[in-house]
Amino acid sequence: MSPAQLPVADLLLRLRRRQVAPSELLAACLARIEALDGTLRAFLYVHGEAARAEARRWDQAYARGEQVPPLAGIPVAVKDVIATRGVPTTCGSRILEGWRPPYEATVMTRLREAGAILLGKTNTDEFAMGSSTENSAFGPTRNPWDPERVPGGSSGGSAAAVAAGMAPCALGTDTGGSIRQPAGLCGIVGLKPTYGRVSRYGLVAYGSSLDQIGPLTRTVEDAALLLQVLAGHDPRDATSADVPVPDYGEALRAGIAGLRVGIAREGLDEGLQPGVRAAILQAVQALAELGAGLEEVTLPTIEYALPTYYLVATAEASSNLARYDGVRYGLRVEASEIVAMFSRTREAGFGPEVKRRIMLGTYALSAGFYEAFYLKAQRARTLVRRDFERAFERVDLVLLPTSPTVAFRLGERVADPLQMYLADIFTIPVNLAGLPGISVPCGFSEGLPVGLQLVGRPFDEPTVLRAAAAYQEATDWHLQRPPLAEAGAGGPAGGGRG
Amino acid sequence: MSPATAPEMVIGLEIHVQLQTASKMFCGCAVTFGAPPNTLICPVCLGLPGALPVPNCRALELGLRTAVALGCRIAPRSHFHRKNYYYPDLPKNYQISQYQYMDHPPLGVDGWLEFTVDGAQRAVRIRRVHLEEDTGKLIHVERDGVVTHTRVDYNRSGVPLMEIVTQPDLRSPAEAREFLVALRALLQYLEVSSGRMEEGTMRVDANVSLRAPDGSFGTRTEVKNMNSLRAVERALAFEAARQAEVLAGGGAVVQETRHWDERRQITFASRTKEEAEDYRYFPEPDLPPIVVDEAWVEAVRTTLPELPAQKRARYVHTLGLSSYDAELIVRQPRLAAFFEEALAAYPHAKTLANWLTGDVAGILNAEGKEIDEVALRPETLVAMLRLIDEGRISGRIAKELLPELVLTGGDPAALVAKRDLEQISDAADLQRLVDRVIADHPEPAEEFRRGKERALAFLVGQVMRETRGRANPELVNRLLRERLRG
Repeated sequence: MSPAQLPVADLLLRLRRRQVAPSELLAACLARIEALDGTLRAFLYVHGEAARAEARRWDQAYARGEQVPPLAGIPVAVKDVIATRGVPTTCGSRILEGWRPPYEATVMTRLREAGAILLGKTNTDEFAMGSSTENSAFGPTRNPWDPERVPGGSSGGSAAAVAAGMAPCALGTDTGGSIRQPAGLCGIVGLKPTYGRVSRYGLVAYGSSLDQIGPLTRTVEDAALLLQVLAGHDPRDATSADVPVPDYGEALRAGIAGLRVGIAREGLDEGLQPGVRAAILQAVQALAELGAGLEEVTLPTIEYALPTYYLVATAEASSNLARYDGVRYGLRVEASEIVAMFSRTREAGFGPEVKRRIMLGTYALSAGFYEAFYLKAQRARTLVRRDFERAFERVDLVLLPTSPTVAFRLGERVADPLQMYLADIFTIPVNLAGLPGISVPCGFSEGLPVGLQLVGRPFDEPTVLRAAAAYQEATDWHLQRPPLAEAGAGGPAGGGRG
Repeated sequence: MSPATAPEMVIGLEIHVQLQTASKMFCGCAVTFGAPPNTLICPVCLGLPGALPVPNCRALELGLRTAVALGCRIAPRSHFHRKNYYYPDLPKNYQISQYQYMDHPPLGVDGWLEFTVDGAQRAVRIRRVHLEEDTGKLIHVERDGVVTHTRVDYNRSGVPLMEIVTQPDLRSPAEAREFLVALRALLQYLEVSSGRMEEGTMRVDANVSLRAPDGSFGTRTEVKNMNSLRAVERALAFEAARQAEVLAGGGAVVQETRHWDERRQITFASRTKEEAEDYRYFPEPDLPPIVVDEAWVEAVRTTLPELPAQKRARYVHTLGLSSYDAELIVRQPRLAAFFEEALAAYPHAKTLANWLTGDVAGILNAEGKEIDEVALRPETLVAMLRLIDEGRISGRIAKELLPELVLTGGDPAALVAKRDLEQISDAADLQRLVDRVIADHPEPAEEFRRGKERALAFLVGQVMRETRGRANPELVNRLLRERLRG
């Protein structure tokens, strides 16, 4: 097996034991990208040369037995909505094609200081608006489990990269499920931290009050390793929380016994694919056997979550995306006067889903509609949050499916936005409430992965990780590999030097 | 139109004040006037994708200080909002500001400011005080009088601004001017802003309408682009006259924005879109609410400097100045600072006030300068006044020396010596001169002897002339009287 397919924790062990060198690990990743990404299109940009130079630096550090930072030599794929200094950051949009940020996101600084190596930038729905990665201006990413199907989205590139073993781990962003849903559909782990846990500085904003950066990994342990590096107060982000960062690795070892898990009744309603329901119920059974106390909880306002989200997120997006006007960076379509330049640039630079959401948001904020839409959505948001608060009076975690279906076929929902929006019905409420949520593989339906979602109290990532780790310890869903990844793995990666 | 039937002017002002902070409102870039274009910028104030604003605590503090000094109610919790509109000087195409609606109050509301017009006290109600960020600056490049392209300088983008909005309580251009003088003084005492309209650190927009004799409010216009106090006064007068003329001709005033043209001394309607702009305000999700607790407000209140009203009262009641002199000094904080520094070394408030509001002010006015823009130092003025008190120079000589002391500075005693202006107070020296003047002018001498008091003034004048003003006038007076009556 290529080292690129191993979990981060294993790799760190092997790196320290000098069983593998950072350059070899990187070469293995690049070889798998070379072999598989023509089919999958998970990457928009591969950071080959600069990554190799960094890897050689860590080669020496490991060879000399130096004290190294926690992720030294680990390649990380980064969703292309996160600003990387000097490295193209397109947000999956023509309007930012060719833009190289003169600064880097706080998470990139943290990763760099932890020794991680930027492997490349991954495909995403344009400005993270979508649930299938089909809204990327640079073509869709495909699901490693079935290239005719979507990987989910919007962090579909990051999810596919990890699932196919092209990268050991990746960063995604989650505004309405964009980490958890593709993780679920690709059979890997995706963690959306509490709003404010990870700095948003350098995350190109979609819905500012909902956006959060988090890891996509093969194991819960890896998610904890990455979160440890990413989490913490950032003076550059006024919404980042000044809350102490616990030792997430420590939390993993506590086991699930004694934890109370609330099964959200609404999560098992009709509308769930039978195969998904079966996998979820089986997971519930497994949790019970592990010693978790199960209870039914109810989130009655969850039915308002979707419309609430599509008002709040689009309102914020309509303002956040106003800056793409051709004046300072990115695409400019010349015109004889400034207003025409603005509109021609935006007309040419944005795709249909982005335009749809800008229009929705603009409408929701317009004079005369503000109270009926934006303000009412804010009130509904409070109700959704209270639903969770009530549930957390009785339980430590709320369990929901990550997605009501397994990965759908490419093109299947493109013409029907509302159908597409339903893909996030169980993840969106968690963003509205600002809570931490994780998706872990919990089975298969029609040969495609199903994700189990566990949601915790604000800043209670330790409990979320602890329960997910215990579940993963007891199951082997996360060890399954997509057939395409196995087939494509052989030759080039085998030698370790690509 | 006779004054009796003239419609009353109704004026409300919106004042944007640039706060005296070292850095910008939401990033660490320096705030400096006149730096080369686009040298004071960063990802935040350029609105680069992914960059986030972080509030400048100092700006909050200055805003709060102003709101407290204006007697505003302070919102325990206020929000920043986004004001959405497209303009190339606005890098994010929204401005972070504070909008007032429902449960979202701005930093301060419902204050007031007292000021003096023609010796009478007036008060204007302050509607609100809020904070926001400034925009960049467009530089239009012309060739043969035609704009060929436009450049954008983002140095000003994100500079902290405070907006102060009055109720429509002002009734004449002169009132508007005096209110602005009082507000500027307050801002300077608070060390919140330099308040210089000419440099754009204080910018004033005015809403102007005419109230009909029956009391009904007229349609208002908004007047912009007034770059000095004088411009405000003239633009408002022009606009009132223009509206009156429109109404007198049976027309209707159009609600619109009008620009003051300094060169032509008129206001003109700027091209505007048909429909009113919808700014789509909503709470800024990148910034948490500003929370101001009672303790913070109290801390600000107790550390406020002496405010103009208190200062005026102290000058009148403790220092014994006339209310006219007190007002003249208090309305110019830098003059007041000069006055108080001088007073510390020379405890004769009235004398100091007389010189400062009289001869010194005259020289400053003639030069178009402020007290801190000339060479005169408080200790120089005090040294000069001491020379008078010691009888070494006369008041007349002092007035003669003053322009040089004000404009080029120096030591008054040295200047007196250099110009050989020391007063002659030696009785023996003067006696000889007095005798000669009496001998040369027997007729006036005779007149005085016969009781014509005014004749003495002539003789004194002759002695002064002989000494080029250096003779001690009181001594000359005494010596003449002794000689002529003796």
